Amino acid sequence: MFEVIIHGVLLGGLYSLFALGLSLMFGVMRLTNIAHGDQIVISGFIGIAIASVVNINPFLLIVFLVPCALVSGYAFQYFVLNRTLGKDPLPSLVITFGLSIIAQNLLQEIFSANPRSLDSGGLNTLGFGITSDMTVGVLPLIILACAIACTFGLQWMFQHTALGRAFRAVSDEKDIAELMGLNSSKVYSMATALAFALVALAGLFQSMRTTVAPTDGPSLLLFAFESVIIGGMGSFWGTFLGAMTLGLAQQIGFYFDPGWGIWFGHLVFIAILAFKPNGLFPKTVG
Amino acid sequence: MSSQLMSVAGLEAFYGDAQVLFGVDLELHEGEVVGVLGANGAGKSTLMKAITGLLPVAQQSIRLRGEAIGGRAPGEIVRKGVAMVPEGRRLFPSMSVEENLQMGAFAKRPGRWNLDEVYKLFPILKEKRKQPSTSLSGGQQQQVAIGRALMSNPDVLLCDEISLGLAPIVIREIYDSLPDITADGMSVVVVEQDVTLAQQCSERLYCFQEGRVALQGESRQLTRDQISHAYFGI
Amino acid sequence: MKNTILVVLLALVAVVGGSMPYWGDSYWMYEFVNIACLFIFAMMWNLLAGYGGMVSVGQQAFFGLGGYLMLALANLAGVNPFVAIVLGALIAGVLAFPVSKIAFRLNGGYFAIGTWVIAEVIRLTVANIDAVGGGSGTSLTAFRGVSRSFRENMTYWVALAAVLITLVSVYLFLRSKQGLALQAIRDSEVAAESQGINVARMKLAVYILAAVGCALAGGLYFVSNLRISPDAAFSVNWTAFGIFIVMIGGIGRIEGPLIGTLVYWLIDTWFSDYGTWYLIGLGALAILMTQYLRSGLSGLIQQLTGLDVLSTRRVLPDEREQSRPLATTKASHV
Repeated sequence: MFEVIIHGVLLGGLYSLFALGLSLMFGVMRLTNIAHGDQIVISGFIGIAIASVVNINPFLLIVFLVPCALVSGYAFQYFVLNRTLGKDPLPSLVITFGLSIIAQNLLQEIFSANPRSLDSGGLNTLGFGITSDMTVGVLPLIILACAIACTFGLQWMFQHTALGRAFRAVSDEKDIAELMGLNSSKVYSMATALAFALVALAGLFQSMRTTVAPTDGPSLLLFAFESVIIGGMGSFWGTFLGAMTLGLAQQIGFYFDPGWGIWFGHLVFIAILAFKPNGLFPKTVG
Repeated sequence: MSSQLMSVAGLEAFYGDAQVLFGVDLELHEGEVVGVLGANGAGKSTLMKAITGLLPVAQQSIRLRGEAIGGRAPGEIVRKGVAMVPEGRRLFPSMSVEENLQMGAFAKRPGRWNLDEVYKLFPILKEKRKQPSTSLSGGQQQQVAIGRALMSNPDVLLCDEISLGLAPIVIREIYDSLPDITADGMSVVVVEQDVTLAQQCSERLYCFQEGRVALQGESRQLTRDQISHAYFGI
Repeated sequence: MKNTILVVLLALVAVVGGSMPYWGDSYWMYEFVNIACLFIFAMMWNLLAGYGGMVSVGQQAFFGLGGYLMLALANLAGVNPFVAIVLGALIAGVLAFPVSKIAFRLNGGYFAIGTWVIAEVIRLTVANIDAVGGGSGTSLTAFRGVSRSFRENMTYWVALAAVLITLVSVYLFLRSKQGLALQAIRDSEVAAESQGINVARMKLAVYILAAVGCALAGGLYFVSNLRISPDAAFSVNWTAFGIFIVMIGGIGRIEGPLIGTLVYWLIDTWFSDYGTWYLIGLGALAILMTQYLRSGLSGLIQQLTGLDVLSTRRVLPDEREQSRPLATTKASHV
């Protein structure tokens, strides 16, 4: 059981990287990006494609791809998604759903339907023993540390910086924020830029840790979404803990029957929605 | 008479297909307090939204120091020196008192107002500066909203129904701070439903009725009968 | 006058369409049934999103449930498959009630993904039920001993009847008091509430109605196709096609899904051999329509010809904004 918990927490680390970007975009502008999971997969494939051409350290790849994601996220929000925002969620949902379908089929056309993984330079096999029959991988630990750092960084940024204040301002009262001189289109674009950076990180880690396949996107989206809801909207630590809960639930399910892991995770999500609709860790401060 | 600062001329405004303002004319001089009086739905708040850029209107219909600013983005208009205390206060609920004030300084222009000056004007806010804005009383929240608007150092301050939902004694306190605010030449537009308040605090009055200016003149010279005729249409 | 034309038109469709088994090809009938299922599904999605303001990405839950309930009733309980379609749809409607309790906890975009999770839960659950074939699915065996032509003709007639009934009942519903209330909710929930409309109850009614419709489509589809599997029955593609049809045809318009289905059928006939590129094209088309022609083809047709045959449509906030300059000129002329 101890092993199950450890693996659940490590899986939760990855899921929180999936979830933070979704949480950020919804929190700042009530925007739900259905292509979120597909974008994780895309960044995994971009990493794989680059690594197949040039021999590059996967962590150098992160240093290179995350800034690219920042720029593309900003542009994507500024030129595409900002046009769809409004009281009606329909346009943004249809457009990101359409992009999701395009992304999956395009990836299949380019990379075939087979799952692939990114060579982590042997890191994914590296581990150290905790007990005689149990080892903990170095890569999952790095991912978890990264997730904690990102959660902490986002939460701190929201509470203590001018950019964080701008995010909260457009989220609280968009019109009034604009009266204060904020350009909400630009603030939104910065939120999406950050979300894309997190997505790129998540995609590279996912493809190093296991594999990515062109049609993986939707299930990654659902895991990210479940993490946000389980944790309770409004704080990044909530999202982080929600991801931990989902990771644990899936691992416990897997432990009993390999076919039940995902299903059990979904059930926990539904139970929480039914009995604690504000999530397990609703916002308390800030 | 001091020189003209802002002018509204032939302003028409729409919500969707519904026209709300029908050719409104209004003038504001430097250092002047102007009252805008009218019942619910007379178009007062619409006028405020049009001036601040929250509602698209024809460019030529609003001028600031002669420059046409109608329909510009709200951020542009605040940088030109028009700030608003919105109806219903509309503070940022996730922020502390001080953070709300800092938001007001996002498009800061040079001038007297900063955190210290706002705290001098409303000392209670200094005490509560770290508290969430939602924990304050209605009157204190109104003070934050006024302070937030002042932080950008505007030339024109628009106050949209700042007495709404407050106890009479609190209203008095809020209105007593107006002379301090206008002391160094800021012009103020006070939107009110309360005839007495509007008449007392302003130099000139505009009475709105169904999207039109029904009456205008020196506040002291207008009679109650004239005003209530323009206000209620009786 | 307009109503008389409509009734005559419907009668004509019923007579010409109804007699098809006596002069048409059996492949046409099969094709019609599949398209009819998509049409009914799209009508329901339009009702949910275009009128009820509930953008669901999980309507495949009820499509699949309709299919599986029909199959279980027919294969395991010996119910006539055509009766089982209707029974299955009704049971799905009952199940939609507890499902709505979960889904309605979420709003807007999160409602959309939440419904998707629910569909996944049902898919994974069904995949673990061995009585209906588990993960690999099973076949409808209840038609053994029935002649093929009889089965095909019956399926066709049932599909035709289902389409006409759905079309007429959605039309009558939207023109009823409840339908008008629904459109009021779509425009402003708060305003509708203050008019004494019970928003929660109206939304629930629409959700359940849409569940019944989607389950009907699902049951019909698998009676025609005879083979069912969790992945096929609960595929998100059903919703994807539904959204595509509605966005092409025009959301919040009763004639939208009609036109959309026609266009989809044409595109599908000509381009479906292109596989992934075909799907990429459909996705791109849906995006372009949403960005540049929000009222869909039916809106465009109406703009060009001034015709509004089935007038129950709601005004989108955007359209009102677009019509503002018009109002300005009107006002200045007066």
